[in-house]
Amino acid sequence: MELDNVTLSRLLTSMTLVFHIIFATIGVGIPLMIAIAEGLGILKKDTHYLLMARRWARGYTITVAVGVVTGTCIGLQLSLLWPSFMRIAGQSISFPLFMETFAFFFEAIFLGIYLYTWDRFKKPIYHWLIILPVILGSTLSAFFITTVNAFMNTPQGFTLKNGSIKTVDPIAAMFNPATPSKTLHVVVTAYVASALILTSIAAIQMLRGNITEYTKKGLRLAATMGLIFAVLTGVTGDVSAKFLAKYQPEKLAAIEWHFETEKGADFILFGKLNDETHEIKYEIRIPKLLSFLSFSDFNAPVTGLNEFPKDETPPLFIHYLFDVKMTFVGLIILMTFLFVTFSIKKKDWMHHKWLLRGLALTGPLAMINIELGWMIAEIGRQPWILRGYMKVSEGATTAKGLGSMFWLFFALYVFLGVFCTVVIRKMFIHNSPEEELEYRYKK
Amino acid sequence: MNIELLGIIVLWTFLYCYIIIASIDFGAGFFAYYGKVTKNDHLINNLISRYLSPVWEITNVFFVFFFVGIIGFFPSVAYYFGTALLIPGSISLVLLAIRGSFYAFSNYGSKENKVYLFLYGATGLLIPASLCTVLTISGGGYIVEKEGVIKFLAEKLLSSIYSWSVVIIAIISVLYIGATFLTFYASKAKDEGALSLLRQYALFWTVPTILSSFLVFVGLRDNNLHFYQNIINRFWWMFLLSLICFLIASTLILLKRNYGTAFIFVMLQFFFAFFGYGAAHMPYILDPYITIYNGYTNQTSGTMLVIVFVLGLLLLIPSLLFIFKLFLFDAEYVQGKK
Repeated sequence: MELDNVTLSRLLTSMTLVFHIIFATIGVGIPLMIAIAEGLGILKKDTHYLLMARRWARGYTITVAVGVVTGTCIGLQLSLLWPSFMRIAGQSISFPLFMETFAFFFEAIFLGIYLYTWDRFKKPIYHWLIILPVILGSTLSAFFITTVNAFMNTPQGFTLKNGSIKTVDPIAAMFNPATPSKTLHVVVTAYVASALILTSIAAIQMLRGNITEYTKKGLRLAATMGLIFAVLTGVTGDVSAKFLAKYQPEKLAAIEWHFETEKGADFILFGKLNDETHEIKYEIRIPKLLSFLSFSDFNAPVTGLNEFPKDETPPLFIHYLFDVKMTFVGLIILMTFLFVTFSIKKKDWMHHKWLLRGLALTGPLAMINIELGWMIAEIGRQPWILRGYMKVSEGATTAKGLGSMFWLFFALYVFLGVFCTVVIRKMFIHNSPEEELEYRYKK
Repeated sequence: MNIELLGIIVLWTFLYCYIIIASIDFGAGFFAYYGKVTKNDHLINNLISRYLSPVWEITNVFFVFFFVGIIGFFPSVAYYFGTALLIPGSISLVLLAIRGSFYAFSNYGSKENKVYLFLYGATGLLIPASLCTVLTISGGGYIVEKEGVIKFLAEKLLSSIYSWSVVIIAIISVLYIGATFLTFYASKAKDEGALSLLRQYALFWTVPTILSSFLVFVGLRDNNLHFYQNIINRFWWMFLLSLICFLIASTLILLKRNYGTAFIFVMLQFFFAFFGYGAAHMPYILDPYITIYNGYTNQTSGTMLVIVFVLGLLLLIPSLLFIFKLFLFDAEYVQGKK
């Protein structure tokens, strides 16, 4: 089957992003977790936490490396795969892109310092201070790059004349309507996913029989932070829903299979859609909730899909992605909530095998959710690359050879994924926390 | 001075910084692998990884910085080069990705793995080779636009002697810059074994460096006459200064003294050559399609980019000095005592 350039460019971009997002998410969230662990260690004079920060940081370096190189890939692929888009939009987004690089630069410098100065300062607090610019850098770079994506969803701050940009206001482009909801949600979910990945690692260690003080403390810290951040995503998710209802109603309507504009719109979870008749079966229908989520008013009118031209609405399967995502959110909150409750009230139950199994799942579920969330957001703005201005089909490259480039990058990502896993496993398998504690802190 | 010119000077400076820092990085990677193969790794590899470990990520950022900057200032670059260079660009990207991650894998993960070190060392020479062809292409003649369709003449590029001479000078310069820097670093570390070996490498690469630069001059005359004449008539003095710096640096290394000063002269040597080349290239970014004037972004974005750039530097320069102070100029760290 011969695929056209538009499809191939989309496939290659999606593949790079799907792979990069795993490492980017970890890159944003883990420094915060490291800072919390090291901070606790210094505060409580507890070597367990100090070691935890050290070990997390060591694994982190490997993921950062893969994050950096795949980030470079997507950065250049923007121009290689979407040259026409970059020629037009490049003028508006160069500013946040440039800022993102600065933030990343800042992070890179201080991460290098942090990793190589564990024992160089007299007061441990000086070393701890160095992680702060790393957190700032990684969070800011997530912020800036997300504003670029937000711009593509709700472009503003420029005027077009005969297909070329005339006047530009980079600040207005950056702080477009999608910016607050998107950046908040991206940063908070990165924190959730990172905390939950660490939760999973600790839970798996305990399931394997490594029930030590170190793993117990690690699990409790990571799972508690996971729950706190997960609850915060409820807030940011609500901000996102309100944004969509106002600025991208076609995306919200596609997610919710909401066809007719009506007051008191129902919220639909699960279900099956008949593509011809738009009839929905087997769904859970919560009356008027969609109106409430959209406008904080049970009787507010919500725009339906039928209001839009057929060739300007996104595909309807994103509802299924949304269902899976919400289910996983429920599971994650349930598991971490049980654990945290037990850790306060019923300590005997907190390390029950089934609960640990559930907790072991939360990390992968959270990462799948990150991917699903991005898929919903990106597929939900089809067919636009620059909503309202440029369709995806007008932005793709005209160069030949995209098919083989797709497989080249596919091979690269498989290769990196495999080696990254092998290396991280090796790093920790022959080096238990107890041994390391012994030789580092109890000389 | 107009803002277009300021923009391209800023970007050119960044590319220059990348070339120096990346050459040290690429050269060091190759020598680390070469050291392993020739069983000299006990002499030099510790030294190399002591310097590289904290700074490898920064090298990569300089590169990202340059290309984000050039696309920001000159969006047409994305259109012409992006369309034309899909395949060579993707291959360079894959090489960069392999190199970056395998550095981390071999240094933080499994230190004894030869395959990792090979991937790291070999890609270190292939990357400059592939990246420098972009400079050749920017000289014109390899990208043509006909009726709105952009075509990259890959076969013409691959069969051009000039293009290969640029590849050769890129690889040799990487080894030369890498070796002279490591010589300085070894002398700083008072590591006699490493110093004598690295000094040999540095001296070895002086002759090819100078020979290949003459080769490029000859190739340039046949390839792009008006560019060549620009160099000869207007900027010859910069290349003369470059040659003088090269002679001073080589003499110092030969006399076994002032390795730090020698490396500064190596940097100056490349500075003059690189800026002389860049100045002669003006006003074209891609001859004859993009000049710094017709490819320039709108005034607002350009001005803001310059402002961000200056503010960013205010933040970055102290941070860079801090990291250099900790890992490059801290004698005890360099000597392995910290």
